[in-house]
Amino acid sequence: MNATSRTVVVTGLGATTPLGGDASSTWEALLAGRSGADKLPEELFGELPVRIGAPAKVEPTEVLPRVQARKLDRSAQFALIAAREAWADAGFTGPAGSVPEGASEPEAVPTRVAAVVGTGIGGVTTLLGQYDNLKNSGPRKVSPHTVPMLMPNSPAANVGLEVNAKVAAHTTVSACASGAEAIGYALDIIRAGRADVVICGGTEAAIHPLPLAAFANMMALSKRNDEPELASRPFDAGRDGFLLGEGAGILVLESAEHAARRGARVYAEIAGSGVSADSHHIAQPDPTGSGVERALRAAMEDAGMTAEDIDHVNPHATSTPLGDTAEAQALHRVLGERASAIPVSATKSMTGHTLGAAGAIEAVFTVLALHERLAPPTINLDEVDADVDLDIVVDEPRKLADGPLGALSNSFGFGGANVVLAIRTA
Amino acid sequence: MAATKEEIVSGLAEIVNEVAGVPTEDVQLDKSFIDDLDVDSLSMVEVVVAAEERFDVKIPDDDVKNLKTVGDAVEYILSHQG
Repeated sequence: MNATSRTVVVTGLGATTPLGGDASSTWEALLAGRSGADKLPEELFGELPVRIGAPAKVEPTEVLPRVQARKLDRSAQFALIAAREAWADAGFTGPAGSVPEGASEPEAVPTRVAAVVGTGIGGVTTLLGQYDNLKNSGPRKVSPHTVPMLMPNSPAANVGLEVNAKVAAHTTVSACASGAEAIGYALDIIRAGRADVVICGGTEAAIHPLPLAAFANMMALSKRNDEPELASRPFDAGRDGFLLGEGAGILVLESAEHAARRGARVYAEIAGSGVSADSHHIAQPDPTGSGVERALRAAMEDAGMTAEDIDHVNPHATSTPLGDTAEAQALHRVLGERASAIPVSATKSMTGHTLGAAGAIEAVFTVLALHERLAPPTINLDEVDADVDLDIVVDEPRKLADGPLGALSNSFGFGGANVVLAIRTA
Repeated sequence: MAATKEEIVSGLAEIVNEVAGVPTEDVQLDKSFIDDLDVDSLSMVEVVVAAEERFDVKIPDDDVKNLKTVGDAVEYILSHQG
């Protein structure tokens, strides 16, 4: 790798997901083909048409100190937990500006560190919980922490505070593309020379009766209430909608120069990103997939990649009838015949759809797939949709080739937002 | 029945522990909420609302700024409780 200031590498990973409370336990469960799906508590969700989801494997309030957790929305709790893991995983021993024992300089300079954390919905459970307080107990019982808890930039701000990031604390909001857009934006920030290190990703905590009822009424969710672990089945002919998950994925991105200077371990290179807007419908995907196609082409061009350079795809593939086929067809138009031969891992079959966290959690998966040279399996693929001609990795992880590898991670959101990340081995 | 001074101190200590995680034994009359007890201006509102409920007292927003120390709050509650 030619390490210039425009080369951006991944040096730290963190996650808390329906499969595990950190990146390594999540990855292990993913390779084992485990489902994070579950029935939701009857007393809260019993009246709903959809009573299943993919809750976080580890309760964030069991990880964070009580006093800290009570001032954070669940989405910020997830983000903070994953950010701490990623920051430590990158080898930083303290917040930016702190000088390690025996060293003469800080490992990172606060005015060269940024935070970018996306969310699709923001602090929705805080908003609804405080509305319950208002209705039941009056205005005096609305918490003074409500606004800093529910504002969508709260996860980014709290992650920025945690690592002492003084360049900026940005929030990307593009529904289910938010987490991927955060990583794309982090890439831009480093390339533009605004920062050396960006802690970035996405978070979501929306498993609450109101969002669940709303998504169900959009006909977006699977109704397999009796078989939650079979509900998320991307590319399967019997798919009937997505499974609502929650969690966070956070990555530490760093200029290759900065990473080399401090001798950091490098997982992979974020080689490019591509963004497009469908401008077709506020919630339905463009059935022709032309917006997806443009984002794919933009990411590959940005990374200097051709179809020959792509060895793995982590698709958006949420298990909705329309979206999965449109995506498969767009992959064919961009990758040509090779689209049928590239190992595809539809990991939402196990995590469910974590909305604004999904793009970041899947970027963690894609980075690990390249680094470990192992494509995770897709579960619940009993009968591939007749309109899908992809080489989907099923049941068991598949070994990827030796030598340089490239991969694409796709994320698409309501509003017509499409974000594709191009990643390659370092 | 009105709370005694000791009951108010120990009640405030429990509230501050809940809100800010400070050990109850550290909540002493001479301690400043903001400087000594990790109670920032937002958390102070929580302390006030919890104290109002516990000691049956109204503490208007304009009076909150005068409650710098635990002792200030104890005196205020002693003289205003219903």
